[in-house]
Amino acid sequence: MSTVEQGRIARRFAALRAEGRAGLVTFITAGDPDHDTCAALLKGLPAAGADLIELGMPFSDPMADGPAIQASDLRALKAGARVSRTLELVRAFRAAEADTPVILMGYYNPIYAYGVERFLADAGAAGVDGLIVVDLPPEEDAELCLPALKAGISFVRLATPTTDDARLPAVLRNTSGFVYYVAIAGITGTASADAVAVAGAVERLKRHTDLPVAVGFGIKTPDQAAGIARVADAAVVGSAIVSRIAANLDADGTARPGLVDDVLGFVRELSAGVRGARG
Amino acid sequence: MSRPNTFRAGPDEHGHFGIYGGRFVAETLMPLILEVEKAYDEARADPDFQGEMKARLAQYVGRPNPLYFAERLTAHLGGAKVYFKREELNHTGAHKINNCIGQILLARRMGKKRIIAETGAGQHGVATATVCALFDMPCTIYMGEVDIARQQPNVFRMKLLGAEVRSVTSGARTLKDSMNEALRDWVTNVEDTYYLIGTVAGPHPYPAMVRDFQSVIGDEVRRQMQEMEGRLPDSLVACVGGGSNAMGLFHPFLDDPAVAMIGVEAAGHGVDKGPDAHAASITGGRPGVLHGNRTYLLQDEDGQILEGHSISAGLDYPGVGPEHSWLHDMGRVEYAAVTDDEALAAFQLCARLEGIIPALESAHALAEIVKRAPSLPQDHLMVLCLSGRGDKDIFTVAGHLGVTL
Repeated sequence: MSTVEQGRIARRFAALRAEGRAGLVTFITAGDPDHDTCAALLKGLPAAGADLIELGMPFSDPMADGPAIQASDLRALKAGARVSRTLELVRAFRAAEADTPVILMGYYNPIYAYGVERFLADAGAAGVDGLIVVDLPPEEDAELCLPALKAGISFVRLATPTTDDARLPAVLRNTSGFVYYVAIAGITGTASADAVAVAGAVERLKRHTDLPVAVGFGIKTPDQAAGIARVADAAVVGSAIVSRIAANLDADGTARPGLVDDVLGFVRELSAGVRGARG
Repeated sequence: MSRPNTFRAGPDEHGHFGIYGGRFVAETLMPLILEVEKAYDEARADPDFQGEMKARLAQYVGRPNPLYFAERLTAHLGGAKVYFKREELNHTGAHKINNCIGQILLARRMGKKRIIAETGAGQHGVATATVCALFDMPCTIYMGEVDIARQQPNVFRMKLLGAEVRSVTSGARTLKDSMNEALRDWVTNVEDTYYLIGTVAGPHPYPAMVRDFQSVIGDEVRRQMQEMEGRLPDSLVACVGGGSNAMGLFHPFLDDPAVAMIGVEAAGHGVDKGPDAHAASITGGRPGVLHGNRTYLLQDEDGQILEGHSISAGLDYPGVGPEHSWLHDMGRVEYAAVTDDEALAAFQLCARLEGIIPALESAHALAEIVKRAPSLPQDHLMVLCLSGRGDKDIFTVAGHLGVTL
């Protein structure tokens, strides 16, 4: 098993640095709007310009998420999403794509119910590179963060506007892969970040860590993604992509034929924004 | 599992009661949680804070409330001597105000300018709106759309008191979703807002803090029973949703081994009628992580949280306070479950025999007493926490009895 330091996430950020550009991190929810459509989206994301992929693990009570991702979680659960099915999606994706990192993002209870040791073993075997678990702050590192690092899976931590200098070292201590800076105090998909404030925050983080810094929450358009790409190592777009999925559903929630093309087309626009940002 | 020397020392410095409790929250909230913990530790040790709380509880809430010998009920059941701890006589009609007085004083001390809270039946919402009126603080109450429909009188009360009631339309539109929305509000308004949690759940320090503020219930029972009977009670019975009235009654007695304790969960249609038919987290759930703590939860195999059902909107929560989970595992407190029908029968019995209309929540605890008291000796002293009055429930009860109001 590869160690965290030599893994796909580190290689991808090294390649981005070599290209002299920031990365695009895309978020979709596993099993949204259904398993097969999600598999097709995942498969198409790298060619559409996603440099890293965050795959949401649906949860009934996503308390850090806004309406768009709440709705996508409910769609996925209604369509039969489960932890084991999420890992199947990663396994199928990984069979055809060796390089693009996949980070699972979600809440702790479904992982806890699956069993931490079993989850880490199955996630590693499926080709998962990292985890972002919203409700596991450093105070609870013994639960999953430390076992994940031991299993060779990165534990990506969120730093926020409320994480002050005194607290930052604790937040960064067991973080690996990259640091995810939450650009606003709030939930996903609502207020937009101010690029100037974000630039200052990224500088502050860089004084404390050598890890790449990705910035997310409130980035909705190619222009906004470009603005973030000028000041950070990667821009994360989630709710806007998930909303694009929602816009391609029939009244009964089934995917319309053009869904995959439309969503990937939007990812291409985001990617063009990110790629052109420092030009 | 080894038995500790004391059951009253928890939680540890990380907020754990055994494996339960903890601080499972988003990073944005962590600095706030730590700030609340620090402020509470300081307030707890401050005689001025304790003094003001005591004075407010006496003059505004009306404490101490009586420990009442329920003579007719006792005669009817023909066994244990049943006492009611009359929390329903508190201002606002339930035990919830005890905790709200403590937390609003803490919020003011912390310099917070705005209060948010979640509510299910509306009792905690009313108590929060009440203290916010008293202390002149703007207040937003999150309440599920379903609960708003079944608790209209409390919604109107909150509005009269000046609170903004926000209807929660996400998820199942009940208490757990209201708690999700309150957490989303808090994470968005971190600078000026204080989250006034209504039960002994949530991230540390809330379970311990709310327990401490509610322990006035058990402290008074201890003193009052000593005065009336010259000894400690033999058993304590209280309903458990999140479990704040039960923790408040139980905690002062945890290290008195002769005092038995029974927490009564809501069995809804029956714990054996499927995972969505009841709200008995300990009796019918298993440990998991939700709303900032590890505790017994109603959940499916994949860790998705279930809705639960109870006739009582105040017990209709898929979790329970983490200290209860620990006390269950340690065997110190026994947890039982009572169905909707049993609670309805106890509700009517109490009204006719004692002239007291209890909250449906408290009627669950009473139903357990109805089951147990007849086979206990007449010198067995049994205390019911009559946690709230039932005026809010008359529409629900009328509906179940087929009466149109």
